[in-house]
Amino acid sequence: MHDKTLTELATALAAGEFSSRELTETLLARIERLDGELNSFITVTGERAIAAADAADAARARGEAGPLTGLPLALKDIFCTRGVRTSCGSRMLDNFEAPYDATVVEKLAAAGSVSLGKTNMDEFAMGSSNENSYYGPVKNPWDLTAVPGGSSGGSAAAVAAGLVPAALGTDTGGSIRQPAAFCGITGLKPTYGRVSRYGMVAYASSLDQGGPLARSAADCALLLGAIAGHDLRDSTSVARGVPDYTAELGESLSGLKIGLPREYFGDGLDPAVEMAVREAIRVYESLGATVREVSLPHTSLAIPAYYVIAPAEASSNLSRYDGVRFGHRCDNPRDLIDLYQRSRAEGFGDEVKRRILIGTHTLSEGFFDAYYKKAQQVRRLIRQDFLDAFEDVDVLMGPASPTPAFDLGANKDPVSMYLQDIYTIAVNLAGIPGISVPAGFVDQRPVGLQVLGPHFAEQRLLNVAHRFQQATDWHRRQPAFGQENA
Amino acid sequence: MMQWETVIGLEVHVQLATQSKIFSGASTAFGAEPNTQACAVDLGLPGVLPVLNEGAVAMAVRFGLGINAEIPETSVFDRKNYFYPDLPKGYQTSQMYQPIVGPGEVEITLDDGGTKRIRVHHAHLEEDAGKSLHEDYQGMTGIDLNRAGTPLLEIVSEPDMRSAREAAAYLKAIHAIVTYLGISDGNMAEGSMRCDVNVSVRPRGQETLGTRAEIKNVNSFRFVEKAIAFEIERQIELIEDGGTVVQETRLYDPEADETRSMRTKEQANDYRYFPCPDLLPVVLDQAYVDHLRANLPELPAEKRARFQDELGLSAYDAGVLASSRAMAEYFEVVKDVSGDAKLAANWVQGELAGQLNKQGLDIADSPVSASQLGGLVARVKDETINGKAAKQVFAALWEGEGDSADAIIDARGLRQVTDSGAIEAMIDQVISDSPVQVAQYRDAEPDKRGKMIGYFVGQVMKASRGTANPQQVNALLKEKLDDA
Repeated sequence: MHDKTLTELATALAAGEFSSRELTETLLARIERLDGELNSFITVTGERAIAAADAADAARARGEAGPLTGLPLALKDIFCTRGVRTSCGSRMLDNFEAPYDATVVEKLAAAGSVSLGKTNMDEFAMGSSNENSYYGPVKNPWDLTAVPGGSSGGSAAAVAAGLVPAALGTDTGGSIRQPAAFCGITGLKPTYGRVSRYGMVAYASSLDQGGPLARSAADCALLLGAIAGHDLRDSTSVARGVPDYTAELGESLSGLKIGLPREYFGDGLDPAVEMAVREAIRVYESLGATVREVSLPHTSLAIPAYYVIAPAEASSNLSRYDGVRFGHRCDNPRDLIDLYQRSRAEGFGDEVKRRILIGTHTLSEGFFDAYYKKAQQVRRLIRQDFLDAFEDVDVLMGPASPTPAFDLGANKDPVSMYLQDIYTIAVNLAGIPGISVPAGFVDQRPVGLQVLGPHFAEQRLLNVAHRFQQATDWHRRQPAFGQENA
Repeated sequence: MMQWETVIGLEVHVQLATQSKIFSGASTAFGAEPNTQACAVDLGLPGVLPVLNEGAVAMAVRFGLGINAEIPETSVFDRKNYFYPDLPKGYQTSQMYQPIVGPGEVEITLDDGGTKRIRVHHAHLEEDAGKSLHEDYQGMTGIDLNRAGTPLLEIVSEPDMRSAREAAAYLKAIHAIVTYLGISDGNMAEGSMRCDVNVSVRPRGQETLGTRAEIKNVNSFRFVEKAIAFEIERQIELIEDGGTVVQETRLYDPEADETRSMRTKEQANDYRYFPCPDLLPVVLDQAYVDHLRANLPELPAEKRARFQDELGLSAYDAGVLASSRAMAEYFEVVKDVSGDAKLAANWVQGELAGQLNKQGLDIADSPVSASQLGGLVARVKDETINGKAAKQVFAALWEGEGDSADAIIDARGLRQVTDSGAIEAMIDQVISDSPVQVAQYRDAEPDKRGKMIGYFVGQVMKASRGTANPQQVNALLKEKLDDA
């Protein structure tokens, strides 16, 4: 059961091959057995999951099953869940139980899916390796000495290890696509505004976007359809109809125009990764697509601009963690300033503190124009780069990350860590959608092909990824981890 | 002796009368138990997002239209970042760079009856913070977040005022406009209107402004005047003694009637304003603004003009009656019921205002309703009662001794007697009862008689229990006394 896609599980549940309860118990047992080593979950909600599975089975018995009824999922621990700890990977929120459900959590529950728990992540979604979690690093199921990527590392590792068929993550600078690539699964970052952010703990509000991580593009399509849509509680969500993302899967790619950004194949790209990506592109050519080189001239400015804008927003978003109303509070504060200083010093990890400091600095008097304003100008240029490119091509393709998963502890220097996101970060600045698709291996570690499209072109991205998955079997590969006793 | 000129600018915070908060659905009602009107959004819980209350936008735009301000097509919310326990998110959502209301102006009435235009620099929307309660917690601080997220319109004037009186007049004019528009209850005691006052002095004739002090959070018309008066004196004294005014924030203490330093510019926060990424820019289309403009009520200045031009009231009367919405509405009911604008104006400003003043009541709390007073004035106008009886009727209405003027008039038999036969009979009686006075009258020079006749009028009125028509009594008495 654990190696099936969501789509296959849905068919099996519908055919009565097994119940949601049996499926849920099987996966909970796997989590119990394997996650001690993997550390992909922060909180497993077994009892709730069993209850939800029973409810789903009952609904099915009444003939009221929908496409997601009874399907197990996991949620990145950034989505607020009523009555369950929502830690955001931080000591600051280790004691925080949200009194409400995030919009996407509400939608997934209403659709009858079964949440198994909350997955590990870099603290407040700040990181590219999942090493910044208060709950310890997550291991990559393909190689337990490697990182799973981040910040949605727990979601990616859990799906790759067969602990859950799909999970939700969030992506502010690559946090769905890069861990999906590192763990050999499919991960979609939707257009900014496509999925409600209500109840998703904010890191950088103008960049954050929730999306699915799963074993196939078809599974991502199924999940996106369930979570996308306008939300009156999120002013930045877009009032635009949600198409049936599964309907167009399988359409011919004949005549598809693929652009390869020159800047995504330059210095710093691991030649073995490049070889895998170019091989994937040849598959597309064989499917009838045409390929040309394009340019995104402001690519080199994306990381600097991101590391001004994201920390600026973060420094403000994280001000609410002050020890006054919820979250960590230091013992015996002497006075108000001591309460603030020690609660925050104890509650936040180093990377979070680093970004709060950067953001506070770039917004401060005398620096705002030079940093924040300039970065916003760069952001417009980067967006324009993409809009210009999509005048000529339907999708852009390139590597999701310059290297395969690196070793745990390998990137000690923050800046070298930031550079991991070189191919993903501009996408968030532009607000466009992107998907990472398994496209081979380098030294037994997965490689991800990134496909980018214009705003709201999720349908096209999903179909382009799906056609590739019909022609290849990279996405069907399973890590040895967890298989021997399966 | 140096001549000093005072320069004053006001930042008025008006709490908008929306049902729910500016970015959440929680209620804004005043006086609830602490923290019962604060939802997840108001508490700044992780993951929550603001959603702009359209009602607050409409109110702000209507204010802008009411002061003939420019209404920019686009306005933007910014975050003002600072830590304070009653500021749940660690930032206040406000509008720093692109406010919803651009430059406009407000006309104020001066003490000499003249008017002056005070320019408004802009007005912007923002959310209020909660309250920190320092008493009753044994050295700890209580936090009540009911007020957090209440919509405020901050109205920032140009430094156009030159005296404490002008500042108070401006504040009253703003109060009148917002209450006329119904966008705020204007209740200063409950904090629905508060203001920060910027005061500086400079030698008369000097172009550049002096260094200003900002007096924070003054919450009554009277305190604004007193705080400014104190501050002007303090600054002049300071300079004349060789000192310099420092730019600082000061607090007005009404008990001591003085302002005290709170913090200097060096201690000021760097608020790190930046556009709030959770809220879209507010874009107003012209049709929306036109619709709001077309539905504006009559505002104080227009009402004042109409009272003068159409009702024939004096500039002074029109100004006083139009100065507040409650007063104007009261007056208009009295006028409509009585059918006489001038009489209505006299009664509202005379007997009614006098009683209210004496009792320290607002017109809204008057025990005599506008329609009751209108009914009374109607009986004065049609001469059913004379002026003296009218005062009795008013007093009875005030004490709640009858539902209407007519009921009181009937119950007390105050209907004016105009039957000359009845009056003559009373006069004859008085004349025959007062032989000494009659003799004195008749012996007096004609020019002295005018005064002496008062005695007889009084006696006749007394005999009629105040109901005789005084003009008739006067005329008939003269006839009878002079002709003999």
